[in-house]
Amino acid sequence: MPDLTTPLLRMRGIEKSFPGVHALRGVDLELQTGEVLALLGENGAGKSTLVKILAGAHLPDGGVIEMDGQEMAIASPVEAQRGGIAVIYQEFNLIPALTVRENILLGRERNPAGFIRRQEESLAAKELFDRIGVGIDFDVPCGQLSVGQQQLVEIAKALSLKARIIVMDEPTASLTPPEVSRLFAIIRDLKTQHGIIYISHRLDEIFEIADRVTVLRDGLHVATRPIDEVSREELIELMVGRQIEQEFPKQRAIIGAERLVVKNLCRASDVRNVSFCVRGGEVLGLTGLVGAGRTETARLIFGADRPDSGTIELDGKRLDIHNPRDAIRAGIGLLPEDRKSQGLVLGRSVRENFGLPNLSRNSRWGFVLKDQERDAFALHVTGLDIRIPHQEQLAKNLSGGNQQKIVLAKWLERNCEVLIFDEPTRGIDVGAKHEVYLLINRLAAQGKAILMISSEMPEVLGMSDRILVMRDGAIAGEIPDARAATQQAIMKLAVG
Amino acid sequence: MIVSPTNLAMRRFVADYGMVFVLLLLCAYYSWVTYAEQNPTGSAGARQLAGVILRQFGKSSAVLIVARDSSEDVAFAETLREQLVEGGLNVVGVVKGQPLDARQALQNIVEQGRKLDVIACNQSTALWTVVEQFADNFPSLASAKIVKPRSYWWPNFLKTDNLLNVANQIAVIAIIAIGMTMVIITGGIDLSVGSLIALSAVIATCLIRDMGGGETASTASMILCSMAGVCACGLVGFFSGIMVTLFAIPSFIITLAMMLVASGLAFIGAKGQSIYQVPDAFVWLGRGTVWGIPNAVMLMVILYAAAHVLMTRMTIGRYIYAIGGNREAARLSGVPIKRILLLVYTVCGVLAGIGGIVMASQLKSGSPTYGGMYELYVIAAVVVGGTSLSGGEGKVLGTLIGALIIAVIQNGMNLTGVESYTQKVVLGLVILGAVLVDRMKHRGWEWLGLGRKRASRQP
Repeated sequence: MPDLTTPLLRMRGIEKSFPGVHALRGVDLELQTGEVLALLGENGAGKSTLVKILAGAHLPDGGVIEMDGQEMAIASPVEAQRGGIAVIYQEFNLIPALTVRENILLGRERNPAGFIRRQEESLAAKELFDRIGVGIDFDVPCGQLSVGQQQLVEIAKALSLKARIIVMDEPTASLTPPEVSRLFAIIRDLKTQHGIIYISHRLDEIFEIADRVTVLRDGLHVATRPIDEVSREELIELMVGRQIEQEFPKQRAIIGAERLVVKNLCRASDVRNVSFCVRGGEVLGLTGLVGAGRTETARLIFGADRPDSGTIELDGKRLDIHNPRDAIRAGIGLLPEDRKSQGLVLGRSVRENFGLPNLSRNSRWGFVLKDQERDAFALHVTGLDIRIPHQEQLAKNLSGGNQQKIVLAKWLERNCEVLIFDEPTRGIDVGAKHEVYLLINRLAAQGKAILMISSEMPEVLGMSDRILVMRDGAIAGEIPDARAATQQAIMKLAVG
Repeated sequence: MIVSPTNLAMRRFVADYGMVFVLLLLCAYYSWVTYAEQNPTGSAGARQLAGVILRQFGKSSAVLIVARDSSEDVAFAETLREQLVEGGLNVVGVVKGQPLDARQALQNIVEQGRKLDVIACNQSTALWTVVEQFADNFPSLASAKIVKPRSYWWPNFLKTDNLLNVANQIAVIAIIAIGMTMVIITGGIDLSVGSLIALSAVIATCLIRDMGGGETASTASMILCSMAGVCACGLVGFFSGIMVTLFAIPSFIITLAMMLVASGLAFIGAKGQSIYQVPDAFVWLGRGTVWGIPNAVMLMVILYAAAHVLMTRMTIGRYIYAIGGNREAARLSGVPIKRILLLVYTVCGVLAGIGGIVMASQLKSGSPTYGGMYELYVIAAVVVGGTSLSGGEGKVLGTLIGALIIAVIQNGMNLTGVESYTQKVVLGLVILGAVLVDRMKHRGWEWLGLGRKRASRQP
């Protein structure tokens, strides 16, 4: 009797916190052999964290993981593998220079006397590919395979590890339609003997392949339903929640003339024909799913990447931007999405970081005017309530909120006319978030043009005057008045 | 926690220049093992001896000075005579030569029937038989006394001459290491500097030979020819910079290529030969001194002072650190990355060129074999000085300390008679130790719990 009701995998009350973020708050999940469970949620809902815990990449702070009713601890990726869990990430873990056969059996070569038995290995590989019903040349380096083929190699590798649970993270993100249908055929075949967790933003696929769906939101388990019993609208509602839960101190400024005008901006397939404008005093929210091209668009405006085509105008004057230096000189500031890798030189002092874009002002004949710089920075330290013991503090030793304020201070000192905030509140605590919102209000009141990129739906709704939604590199739609917008409407535009 | 400014400055000094203590420790060690009896020679010995003679013997005492004909002894004799005459003594003779000359001088005094009160010798002439046993040979002079400079105990290592020698020996490496420090702080590396030494030395000496007039070349033409050598190296550096910035070729690869190209060019230019046709004045930079300080050392000090100011006070220095620390963040902050990198590689080339001129001047010749393996010694100096090969961190003055540490170890081993093969082994281990310390600085402290304590103090 217990064999029939005990699930293959049961996660109960999984807790996980990162500095400044409560990523998972008691999440439950159940998976049976013979089913495909779709894991659904907004960006930052906690899907990736949950998967990483399953894969042994993160240790949970609390909760229980059981396989076949047996409690198990997954302390490392190796233990996860041994326990029969295989995770296929969006970024494959294949070594491009090694052949298919070598990749599949990496670390478990058949080499009793130090010599690899190719024959034996090829047989093993053939058997695996026979099981998923595809033929692949085992002696081709993986780097020469298409993305779809590489995915098959990953699946074969998972099978060779005797995995019982296979987790697929956005497996169709870069597949062609025929490859997708072949993948689905394989999944349907695999699920007879395995349990499969399938993560995707694409609702169409979920309805096609999944048996049940579990929805996460803000680190909470919201619902688990059989796929036949939910509608598309219901799922979206479950994902975004019913109301905005956080308070946003939005103050609407007087909206003036068009300041930043972007026309037909293109770059490969990342950004496709994007046109919009930002008016003085306006906060334009730019949202969409991860990978929709929001950050890429911002980088084009800022000169961090070169566009293939398109024009950028500021106050009616066409800008000729070749690099960030040009953009900064024109009065554009960018708060990058990843402050650690793009916003700060972590090994240098906060004052030096603050000074970097402002050295033209705080130097004479090539010499840094240290006192002038120190005084200027001191004003922002007080104004933004940056908590540092002294100005020579290294940037790496600060909390996320304080780091973000240092990056903000850089651009405030330059008095930029256009400010691009890319995920301005990611990974910072509630107090610092509030201060960032107040600052956005203040800048808007000064008539600056503000482009705010955010994946957090409530933030976009709460702080924007107008909202643009991007999908697959293009503008999917515009919501002229953010007050009239709903999360459902945005989500519909974002998922298409 | 409130950190007092002095406490903070102290802590930062230890973090940045902790290698100073290693240098001092090494100096102390070699002072101890080379502590030995010193016999004052030359002018210094003469001054000491003059004082003794003036005190012990009355005015108008008759003195015979006995010295060999080496330049040091001549200086001894001349200075001593000057001082004694000034003090009112009667110098009856000065011997600058062989024992035979001393015998002749004594003979003359006896023959002329003059009196002799003092025979002033140095350590070596006092041991001549003719001097030691003069009373037997010249009984009429038996009342005369032999005096020589008193010996004293002092480490060989700490003798002024030796210390200046240490500095002079390392000047070439230290000068080039300035440029290398900058390149490494930006996250790159320059392997071509060793070959650039040869290129610059060959170009300069070839031009002096062929166009400047060889051994009769004028000062102006020597300067022009040397500048041509330096400029050529600057151009090579500029080219490496172009490849690194515009074509994103890893600096390791392009400078490796330039290392071969520059070395080959030097051999072609010199036709595989050494070039000796330079005027005597050419050694001014490498062997000359001003106020007792070797010119090469002076140049090194000036360049380090300038580089220190550049790296700590100027916008360029700030940019260099930012590029190495986080290139993307620097770019998004409007740092002109390409311009700075070009400048840094060019400066590194120019400094390697200057190093080549100094070496040519020290050796009074130019040869395409100069600077072999020097890029490695230069990198070693930078790394021992605490600059991280991953970029973004390091101090120019740290590099100077690193270079001095290498020089002191080499010199100390020479003084204590360690053979050159063993020296290589020791140097290699020292470099390894320095890199280990660098790693510990990054990770070890956190393992030991110090890093965590510091982090928790942050708001």
